[in-house]
Amino acid sequence: MIAVEHAAADTAPNADELHRQSDRERWAMLGLASPAVLTVLVIMVLPVGWLFYLSFIGESGGFSLENYGRMLESKAYGRIFWTTFEVSFLTTGICILLGYPLAYFLAQLPRRAAALCMLTVLLPFWTSLLVRTYAWLVLLQRKGLVNTWAIDLGLWDEPVALVHNMTGTLIGMVHIMLPFLVLPLYGAMKAISGDYVRAAANLGAGPTAAFWGVFFPLSLPGLFAGALIVFVLCLGFFVTPAVLGGGKVIMVSMQITNNIELFFNWGAASALGVVLLAITLGILLAASRLLRLDAVLGGGH
Amino acid sequence: MTGTDSLPISIAGITKRYGEVYALDHVDLEVRSGEFLTLLGPSGSGKTTLLMALAGFTRPDSGSIRFGDREIVLTPPHRRDVGMVFQNYALFPHMSVAGNVGYPLRLRKVAKAEIAARVGQALETVKLAGYGERRVDQLSGGQKQRVALARAIVFRPRILLMDEPLSALDKQLREHMQIELRQLHERLGMTTVYVTHDQREALTMSDRIAVINHGRLMQLDAPRRIYDRPANRFVADFIGESTFLDVERDGDTVRFGGRGLDIAWMPEGDGAVQLLIRPERLALLTGDAPDGMNRFEGRVQAIVYQGDTALAYVALADGPEVALRAGTRTGTAFDRLSRGDTVTLGLHRDDAVLVPVDGAGER
Repeated sequence: MIAVEHAAADTAPNADELHRQSDRERWAMLGLASPAVLTVLVIMVLPVGWLFYLSFIGESGGFSLENYGRMLESKAYGRIFWTTFEVSFLTTGICILLGYPLAYFLAQLPRRAAALCMLTVLLPFWTSLLVRTYAWLVLLQRKGLVNTWAIDLGLWDEPVALVHNMTGTLIGMVHIMLPFLVLPLYGAMKAISGDYVRAAANLGAGPTAAFWGVFFPLSLPGLFAGALIVFVLCLGFFVTPAVLGGGKVIMVSMQITNNIELFFNWGAASALGVVLLAITLGILLAASRLLRLDAVLGGGH
Repeated sequence: MTGTDSLPISIAGITKRYGEVYALDHVDLEVRSGEFLTLLGPSGSGKTTLLMALAGFTRPDSGSIRFGDREIVLTPPHRRDVGMVFQNYALFPHMSVAGNVGYPLRLRKVAKAEIAARVGQALETVKLAGYGERRVDQLSGGQKQRVALARAIVFRPRILLMDEPLSALDKQLREHMQIELRQLHERLGMTTVYVTHDQREALTMSDRIAVINHGRLMQLDAPRRIYDRPANRFVADFIGESTFLDVERDGDTVRFGGRGLDIAWMPEGDGAVQLLIRPERLALLTGDAPDGMNRFEGRVQAIVYQGDTALAYVALADGPEVALRAGTRTGTAFDRLSRGDTVTLGLHRDDAVLVPVDGAGER
């Protein structure tokens, strides 16, 4: 009883010092984060803000909406946006068709074998994007490896146009985007307990029924996450369509470059950038309502 | 949901090897129709492997498993028609409670109206009537357990397998569910094979217990027999608290420290034996010993208070230390014990159990 009374008299021993300690820790944490915060501020927020401002400056040098008006009027711009979505959509679709079975296969392998196979998926990641893209150019051109071998094997007689068009763009894009789909999907599949499929089998589901009834629905969040990442990355992609599209596949990013390099029109380029950013954010927002955004960022599980 | 028929299970020579290690070493086991049989053993003993072989998730190297007259060792899991409750329930998170329970019926192409009726019935059986529309993640551990059970019995399998279904529940709920599962078994009457590493659970629930170690059957018996008449040192050691005293055996006479012991039941054979002493079967003797009591003198080394009971560690005059367990009621001779006291312990002739030293349990 004495101890209790004593504590009651001195209501909160050490409270001030303990409070100061936790404050100091918080400031120290902020101090550690400040270089990153500053960097993001200087090389991200400020330039984007500046571009946003530029997009509202017309040729006369005053405030104007002409940069946005041009996008609505010109058929060419409409086509560019259409192409951008077409390429992104097709790339995502092909990635799903190729990536889902691959991720499924990886998820079934024992740990060691899976790690080895995952290495082969990741290996391209560590090669320069430009190198990979030009490698496809070499492989796919008229006298490239693919055409020569196919003709030698008798698959087709004349060289087929595999590059400098939509086909080449898609081949290159799918190759580069595939890991972005497979990684979150693999993570999601690994997180699905084998007991679910076993339970389905025990309850009378054959392998096909168990897959479509149980495994596939449970893997959907991972699939959505991967597909969303691929789609959003595709929207702003530049190098691969520029090299493999051969000027026939014009995406928004390439039009932005043209506006700056050919026409020195920063306002028009900025407006395109702003619209692309807005569309991307819109898609992310819509998707985050359908599935939790942390699932996208956290690898699907 | 009553009147489900049951089937006997006949396991013969089931063997499963992982490299050099036998997970199952030529196991023979007959499970009677309608009985509640528990596979009990430490982790890695092979009990779960055996259950998985019954469900079809582990492919044994050789052997035969028959459900009734039907050989099923070659049958894939989805055609075995056995209910199973998984350790972590394995409820499908993308389906509602009713969706989960109705799943096996949908697979069997049962008509919609009948599915609804039978799902309702199954949920009622596990005391979850009206929970059909809930999402699985809105349920407590105990409720998930019941849903898993409803899902396993809704298609009226004649055999029910359970893999440590209560291990994720807290102690109080676990003990409650033990009684409930037992009652449910009595109502439904399907042959039940239950896996646990918890000896108390096994003793509480089972008609018979199969004690398994190193992939082999150590003893198959009713709970009382398993506890009171363990066939070997492993079973004696694994179930209950036990101390072993080295005794000399000469035909039908058994001596400890030079004095003859009065023992009701002699194991077969004439190999070396040890005397099994369980703390709660020892009595603290004051005055004359009643008939049939073997006496041991000793000195109290330590007393450990555990609430409902306490343990007194007593060093016997001839060396080894045994534990004596008794209730903590105030005023008894046991309650007045303190460290250093000299005591006389009694062990009734019916409680004096001899076990072979080199039981089949050692390997």
